[in-house]
Amino acid sequence: MTPQLTASFLRLLSGARATWLGCGPELRQRVYFANHTSNLDGPVLWATLPLAVRQLTRPVAARDYWTANKLRRFFAEQVFNAVLIERKAPTVRDNPIEDMLAAIGDSHSLILFPEGGRFSGPDPQPFKSGLFHLAKKRPEIELVPVLLDNMNRVLPKGELLPVPIISSVTFGSPIRLEPNERRDEFLVRAREAVIGIRQQ
Amino acid sequence: MKLDAELMQLVGGVIALLTLSSLIGWGLSRRTLSESGRKTVENLNARMRGWWMMTAVFGLALATGGAGSVLLFCLTSFLALREFITLTPTHLGDHRALFWAFFFVTPLQYYLLWIQWYGLFAIFIPVYVFLLLPIRSAAAGQTERFLERTAKIQWGLMISVYCVSHAPALLMLLEIPGYIGENGKLLFFFVLICELSDVLQYVFGKTLGRHAVAPTVSPGKTWEGLIGGVLATVIVGSALWWATPFNPWQAAGLSLAIALMGFGGGLVMSAIKRDRGVKDWGQAIEGHGGVLDRIDSLCFAAPMFFHLTRYYFTA
Repeated sequence: MTPQLTASFLRLLSGARATWLGCGPELRQRVYFANHTSNLDGPVLWATLPLAVRQLTRPVAARDYWTANKLRRFFAEQVFNAVLIERKAPTVRDNPIEDMLAAIGDSHSLILFPEGGRFSGPDPQPFKSGLFHLAKKRPEIELVPVLLDNMNRVLPKGELLPVPIISSVTFGSPIRLEPNERRDEFLVRAREAVIGIRQQ
Repeated sequence: MKLDAELMQLVGGVIALLTLSSLIGWGLSRRTLSESGRKTVENLNARMRGWWMMTAVFGLALATGGAGSVLLFCLTSFLALREFITLTPTHLGDHRALFWAFFFVTPLQYYLLWIQWYGLFAIFIPVYVFLLLPIRSAAAGQTERFLERTAKIQWGLMISVYCVSHAPALLMLLEIPGYIGENGKLLFFFVLICELSDVLQYVFGKTLGRHAVAPTVSPGKTWEGLIGGVLATVIVGSALWWATPFNPWQAAGLSLAIALMGFGGGLVMSAIKRDRGVKDWGQAIEGHGGVLDRIDSLCFAAPMFFHLTRYYFTA
């Protein structure tokens, strides 16, 4: 009940509409990767997915932020079913890639922000390598680029209270890791896939 | 508010009109075969569904009296402001000012209406918000394009909140001798004439339109549509005088004012859309675009109609 209510509230607040340009909302295993400008990005992207897809899709989020107090912890664990990863100091035992792979299992999808932090410029920052490692380990999973627009006007970095500006969530054409594709080439291509949605 | 026989007749008339148009639309959808014709008919039918939905919401609000109407228009303002600000590039430094605009200024304007404090209702946004919001923006410290940003926020508030709030003000703030407790009909008359004028101008423009009034702003607005639509609106408006505190001549004159201001409103809002490179303000209402696309004429006509009525007809 709470997850559905939260999703409805998030859609109302952000006015977000999902536009499926390059693919449809299918029940297959995917990694949705998007640009990151606001703390609302993960929750809103999650909220705009159709219910059946949403129930199997887990946002990847920073453990330090989402466990900072009881309320955040409740939302991360009980509502969004987030995969909480260590982003500051990954160790062998605390490896974000392993956590994500475990979370995907054989039925789930992920929401990932490969920039590794929030940036408010017009274009996303260079991507970190997590997406590449996931693609390498699970090559059969579809990687869906997602462009989030206006989210930083709803809730900019450093602000507590949101303003109800209409934002948009646009899903592009899925990409895959090509055989023999090098890490840096792939990450550049993935980032361009997100930016490219704007021109469509 | 009492649901008197005259209000029922107005509502009944609108429902009959909608039913007739929907039947025509349904008939057309079965007969039209060409690709472009089908698109036009599809859009017409989507618009009809939008009209049914808006009529239902407006009727329900009127039936619940003052509270429902104030709430409906408050929500309309909120959605309109949201569309306006979304299409207006604001700075991150405006975030707090925008928060105040949405969650403080908008509800307070309608609260003033609800408690029927006319004096403050009339000057709250044009004076106090006009002075206080830029102070909040300036305190945020970003000076880039400051005047432009401030002006845009104030403009959005004036159009989507201040002007729109003058429609329910017909219900809340006017005491017309011999018409006490019947203001629901006046609000209904105003909204009906306003929207009818839009529709009639569209219909006359589509069928007879040749010469554009302002081709660079809105090629769809033609002299033929304007003159035909306004004349037809004035005839309908004066024929509905029995539901208003006016005689037929006065009803005709006020309908003319509503239709002309409505046309001007559509033109101004089109100019803004064209400048921003969009066709519609949003996608809130099926077939119609955004909330602002539907109420652009109402925004401009409401204050004019309110003041004309207040000046000439209240004690």
